[in-house]
Amino acid sequence: MLIFEKSQQGRTAITLDKLDVPAYTLKAEKREQEARLPEVSEIDVVRHYTALSKKAHGVDDGFYPLGSCTMKYNPRINEKISGFDGFTKIHPLQDKSTVKGCTELMDTLTDRLCEITGMDAMTLQPAAGAHGEFTGIMLIKAYHASRKDTKRTKIIVPDSAHGTNPASAHMCGFDIVSVPSNAEGGVDIDELKKVVGEDTAGLMLTNPNTLGLFDKNILKITEIIHKAGGLCYYDGANLNAVMGVVRPGDMGFDCMHLNIHKTFSTPHGGGGPGAGPVGCKAFLASFLPVPVYGTLPKGYNAKKSIGKVKTFYGNFSVLVRGAAYIDTLGAEGIKDAAQKAVLNANYLLSQLKGDYDVAYDRICMHEFVLTLQGLKDETGVSAMDIAKGMLDWGMHPPTMYFPLIVHEALMLEPTETETKETLDQAVEVLKTLKKQAVENPEILHDSPRKTIIGRVDEVRAARQPILKYQF
Amino acid sequence: MSIYTPHTDKDLAEMLAAVGVKKLDDLYADAPKGLKVDKINIPEGKSQMLVEKDFAAMAGKNKIYDTILRGCGAYDHYIPAAVTALVNRSEFVTAYTPYQPEISQGVLQCIFEYQTMMCELSGMEVSNASVYDVGTAVGEAIKMCTERKNKAVIVGAVNPQTAAVAKTYCNAGNEKLVQVAPDKNGLVDIKALEAAIDDDTACVIAQCPNYFGLIEDMTKIAETAHAKGAKFVYIFNPVAATVLKTPKECGADIAVAEGQPLGMPLSYGGAYLGILTCDAKMSRRMPGRVVGQTVDKNGKTAYVLTLQAREQHIRREKALSSICSNQALCATTAVVYLAMMGKTGMKQVAEACVSKAHYLAKQLTAIDGVKLKYKGEFFHEFTLETEKYTKAVERKLDKMGILGGYKVNATDSIWCVTEKASREVLDQVVAVFKEGK
Amino acid sequence: MEIKFSKSHEWVKAEGNKAKIGLSDYAQNELGDLVYVNLPEVGSKVEIGTAFTDVESVKAVSEVFSPVTGTVVAVNEELTDAPEMINNAPYDAWIIEVEVEAYGDLMNEKEYEEFCKQ
Repeated sequence: MLIFEKSQQGRTAITLDKLDVPAYTLKAEKREQEARLPEVSEIDVVRHYTALSKKAHGVDDGFYPLGSCTMKYNPRINEKISGFDGFTKIHPLQDKSTVKGCTELMDTLTDRLCEITGMDAMTLQPAAGAHGEFTGIMLIKAYHASRKDTKRTKIIVPDSAHGTNPASAHMCGFDIVSVPSNAEGGVDIDELKKVVGEDTAGLMLTNPNTLGLFDKNILKITEIIHKAGGLCYYDGANLNAVMGVVRPGDMGFDCMHLNIHKTFSTPHGGGGPGAGPVGCKAFLASFLPVPVYGTLPKGYNAKKSIGKVKTFYGNFSVLVRGAAYIDTLGAEGIKDAAQKAVLNANYLLSQLKGDYDVAYDRICMHEFVLTLQGLKDETGVSAMDIAKGMLDWGMHPPTMYFPLIVHEALMLEPTETETKETLDQAVEVLKTLKKQAVENPEILHDSPRKTIIGRVDEVRAARQPILKYQF
Repeated sequence: MSIYTPHTDKDLAEMLAAVGVKKLDDLYADAPKGLKVDKINIPEGKSQMLVEKDFAAMAGKNKIYDTILRGCGAYDHYIPAAVTALVNRSEFVTAYTPYQPEISQGVLQCIFEYQTMMCELSGMEVSNASVYDVGTAVGEAIKMCTERKNKAVIVGAVNPQTAAVAKTYCNAGNEKLVQVAPDKNGLVDIKALEAAIDDDTACVIAQCPNYFGLIEDMTKIAETAHAKGAKFVYIFNPVAATVLKTPKECGADIAVAEGQPLGMPLSYGGAYLGILTCDAKMSRRMPGRVVGQTVDKNGKTAYVLTLQAREQHIRREKALSSICSNQALCATTAVVYLAMMGKTGMKQVAEACVSKAHYLAKQLTAIDGVKLKYKGEFFHEFTLETEKYTKAVERKLDKMGILGGYKVNATDSIWCVTEKASREVLDQVVAVFKEGK
Repeated sequence: MEIKFSKSHEWVKAEGNKAKIGLSDYAQNELGDLVYVNLPEVGSKVEIGTAFTDVESVKAVSEVFSPVTGTVVAVNEELTDAPEMINNAPYDAWIIEVEVEAYGDLMNEKEYEEFCKQ
């Protein structure tokens, strides 16, 4: 039942103080029909949204091995800190002398993120990963424009990339060149050499890539791009595998984004808000959106800025959480988190190998991709069926059908915060499902059975869209 | 070691053996040796107790005002306790994007209710599930309009933060953005607007109440845009929207807003909420996620992310926007806030804001040398022109825990009054102005 | 009025100097339930082998390539509200009608059947 269906004329949940000034009646034209907002009591509201929260599933509810999303535990202390009055009650246009705590936090966070990534400067403004990509590609665009190098109209993106990569580059006015993966899941060097040229503005790359593999040729790849006069952009979606171990700045990347909501433990909130800081090497720093925090490289000139990508300074409340996380972990903890993330993924992979086909069977990073094409051919049970089967076991399924280059893909990312027992349970569940697929595939076609609703009719939703309540 | 990694020594030994490597570092055999860093140069980790103490100290360096008479894109409204308590439920906070509808009906229904409420506020037919903030909402709105034409016109006093973001979005897509300054009354200059619209103009963007707080004749602006074949993008304020003629009634094709006033704390500028609603005809060009109603296999009502083929994960470089993560929890906040306030509460909030703002303006302008910069009607923000809003006055207010209006130049300042300011405090402000110096 | 097929799975039915174009049964089967057809504008030009529109299923979007060169003289507006027509009766559900200047390499029904089997 929707909140609107619980509405009763005249019922209210809140009363304001009696107006203590003369009422002013606006002369401007008023709306013809009132906004049909619900009329409910406070207990209605509390019960309604408490009930809805019970129909949601978060990291706090169970194992969440959602590949490429880094669903690690979201420490409670970060929530508490970001809720301090000294952060939540601060107006963004207060005088500088009254926001020294905010500035200190952002300065420190910027410098630490620069150190973790091997970058020289960083903006905290972007609100999410894709927003970071947009910002980073704008830096590349501004760089070529500043050199009057107008022939560089193309951005190279591997075929295994997240959809946001080509979409962000296209938003920045670039054409996309797709480069295929090699047999080992990395960038095909020969193919890359074929597509680079004097029209190459840059390359966007995730390393480890979306198959969960570290590209051995990474230095060769960035060199090829640089030699052609292009710049290299690092998509930080998978930084959780390597933070504290290797740095994008040392791999030859010129700019990059981070996902504070993946790597640095801030919650996903049902889809956001996140934060996607963008770091760059010194020669790009002047192009960063203003204002920039932290230690600025020599020769920084704000006049060259690409402008603003978000009002004010970014998703500050998210940045506070990320800063608290980094402070808690410190240098050693950051590295430890990455190593254990990789260990957990490899352990899970080692236990599943006998029952499921692995898309690229080698040591993986923080995630790996299974291919269920064989299972589907044999039993008719698809990746979707297995994923839905997991729901009946209280587990969130892996990412399905991504990356696009793997057939019937299931991509698992356990993260470092899970115990061995949780991983073992997941293995048991997946083995049971495999057995079911062979012995009784119908059950899986019909799953989930224990959830409050069964599989939904997505075709109907898209053909006759109902996008709001029909009063 | 990190406190958030639960591995015992025994776990570690067993897991490494199962994987077939000796030590953790062996897992990184693919990374070129020279690349490995020994140790990153940031401080050692701290106990949670110490982290909490240090961040409390940092928060303590910020000044908290009891009364905030400053708006300009961030508004200090009362947030009922139930809003914070409900939105902070961990199932909402720690959930991912609701790609698995069977276990995500709660999040999906919240978004569906959000879409409904946003359409009720703006009067438009369709809403998405949110974008980052009002600035990026305008940026995205422009991209929705520039299918065949390449120019956008921002007209009148639009918040400079919003305009700056829109400018970056246009630079990105190689679209031309023209800004037409307000007239001497602080309002949209219709003649200048007419002159600025040409055959290549895709859309006209205006804000009401505008940056100075003034209520614009948005119908007239919409007509001017439409007469020349351009679409009209209306930037509204969600509180004002409960009272004023809606964007739809004014003829908007797209209506966007900053959703922060709907229950989000000021939080030094974020996380806020980008509201984006539009005419049904434009729904296929709308960016970002959308939730639709459907049924499950047993015919039970269900909600699901829909029209996904517009989005980047399917359409890749052909998508109109790259947005993936949005501001979902902020959208949930807006829903719970609007449910709490309800029809009556929102009207009361709007009435209190307007009445108190007009009260303060009247009292202040009764002082010699203090006048309203513009004569048009305002909503809950107004622009003062005076030499009397001196550093000393600002300091005095500051000492009393009052954040005064935002100075935009030597003489002009923009003031905002919400339901939170009492008459007593407003009278104190007036007294400080009278004292002067 | 023989029906002919392109290698990219579009069908063409010629009527005088005009031709109607749609998606083959094989194509609709591969695409699954269609939920939206993005119609081009009347008056726009189409070229052999170039995409003139795309169709959406729930989780995919696919381009539709033109088997002819010419000018679009009509589009099937019914598809806007009922994209399922392509699934239900692919050979009645024409997408565009073109005033044809040139035809690309096309197969007859039998050849196309063989082609699909490969």
